[in-house]
Amino acid sequence: MNESTREGFGRALVKLGKNKEVLALSADLSESTKLSNFIKKFPKQYIEMGVAEQNMAGVSAGLALCGKIPFISSYAVFSPGRNWEQIRVSVCYSKANVKIAGCHAGLLTGPDGATHQALEDIAITRCLPNMTVIVPADSIEAEKATIAAASIKGPVYLRFGREKVPVITTKRSLFKVGKAEVLKEGKDVCVIACGVMVYEALIAAKELEKQGISVMVINNHTIKPFDEKTIISAAKKCKAIVTAEEHQITGGLGSAVAEVLSKSQPTPMKFVGVKDTFGESGNPEELMRKYECDSKSIIKAVKEVLRKK
Amino acid sequence: MKKVTDIKKLKLISKEIRRDIIKMLTEAKSGHPAGALGMADVFTALYFNVMNHNPKKPWWPERDRFILSNGHICPVWYATLANAGYFPKKELMTLRKINSRLQGHPHIHSAPGIENTSGPLGQGISVAVGMALAARLDNKKYNVFCGISDAELQEGQTWEALMFAGNPSFKEEHTLDNLIVVLDRNFIQISGSTEIVMPLEPLKKKLEAFKWRVLEINGHNMHQVVSILDKSTRPEKCSCEECKTCKTCAEDHLIRKPTMIICNTIPGAGVSFMEGKPEWHGKPPSPKEAKKALKELK
Repeated sequence: MNESTREGFGRALVKLGKNKEVLALSADLSESTKLSNFIKKFPKQYIEMGVAEQNMAGVSAGLALCGKIPFISSYAVFSPGRNWEQIRVSVCYSKANVKIAGCHAGLLTGPDGATHQALEDIAITRCLPNMTVIVPADSIEAEKATIAAASIKGPVYLRFGREKVPVITTKRSLFKVGKAEVLKEGKDVCVIACGVMVYEALIAAKELEKQGISVMVINNHTIKPFDEKTIISAAKKCKAIVTAEEHQITGGLGSAVAEVLSKSQPTPMKFVGVKDTFGESGNPEELMRKYECDSKSIIKAVKEVLRKK
Repeated sequence: MKKVTDIKKLKLISKEIRRDIIKMLTEAKSGHPAGALGMADVFTALYFNVMNHNPKKPWWPERDRFILSNGHICPVWYATLANAGYFPKKELMTLRKINSRLQGHPHIHSAPGIENTSGPLGQGISVAVGMALAARLDNKKYNVFCGISDAELQEGQTWEALMFAGNPSFKEEHTLDNLIVVLDRNFIQISGSTEIVMPLEPLKKKLEAFKWRVLEINGHNMHQVVSILDKSTRPEKCSCEECKTCKTCAEDHLIRKPTMIICNTIPGAGVSFMEGKPEWHGKPPSPKEAKKALKELK
């Protein structure tokens, strides 16, 4: 089954809406960020902010400081992109209980093009103190992450995508904020991925198994707080790491892994992601291929890193 | 807190606050005197006469809130809070020092009475709008006051906040007439006179176009400050013949809008060699200059 992570977000909000302290705010993007059902069911808990992301962040902080649990949504390029300073000061430095949903993140946003494809949002959120950063792998995980976010005391960034992507977890799959999940055991190399790249990693692993390479696959949904223990243990076992994300290779998941391993368990690494360039208009499959963010690129990276072992 | 109604007494308090501002900035060796001194009278009126609050219960849920958006003038906020009894006056000498609760720009909750974080201009007013909105959503009766500066209006975010507050997209019962903003109109900014650097006039017309009720006062006439601040907490009566057809008022004949009070002030008010000079925006007085200033503020 295929479903977009933003669907999971929308579904979760409807469940959370029973708590009248939960509010949803959007910067003129309520429909595409899947708030329509929440608005229908809880009209008094939705606030339209218009095309004004900076004010949205500030107002949400004010609401949070008065006991509300606001979820603010827009495209990730605008929020946390455009309103980053407001998120830094009014939300994070003030420890305001605001949940930021960055939708349409990554290359898979597709035809809208580079201006709408957030490839830096993980980098600019994980560097903020007091922020939790979660990149769900599929719509089921997105729903769980959103529900979990409501119970976290403090700022949370949730990354969602536009495109329908394969559902790889189930309702019964374990999801714990801050805990990286080993989806597949292996010993020759470990692929650590987040978001849609988790599926790509599983496809790559299947192909590599046929070629006699044993691949561990980890779903690292929580970029912050980072699960150092699981990652270090995987590096110890496999002695070769490939990271994969729908994001610049600088500053995101790959960098987070590299920071931990270089200080605690130096391991040869290869990074799969966008190589310091902006995206462009195109359909999702073409973009993943062109920008080397697909299972083929993971396979290539695995073979390269094995040579360094 | 018991309200001070005697204008003479309020003036004495504002003078003491001005003395505290000079002392703390001289000790800190950095900070912003001009705006702080300019707004001392408005802050005195707010905390000693107008606002409903309790220094002994700083986070009392039903309290009126004050948000400082132009955070750099925090010395006047800290001095007012200390004089009102939120924390000991001697703590004012720790301004900007390491481990101090009195940060160079306010950090929310660092000390009793610090309701928000500010420094980057334009952010506080959005936070104030959010708090006013929370009160309406919860049917609470408290007011939210917010201090901003004139040059701060050069930040686009302030107009986003003004547009939203004057024109809320939600139900009418959520009209933000519980939001009162005091604007420090001192006509200066770092680079010089506001009307030369980035003119703001016609300011009143702009604000009214954003659907705010705009009042204007001499920020140093304590009688005016007190009476207009008091007036701002109540909606105005509409002069229409029939509410049903009137586009301005609600059925109860009242015009509910957020209020902006343009406080015409002299930057550095009270210290003759600072008054009206942009260079005193962010320069602390030297010990020698402080001595002179304190003499004038006796």
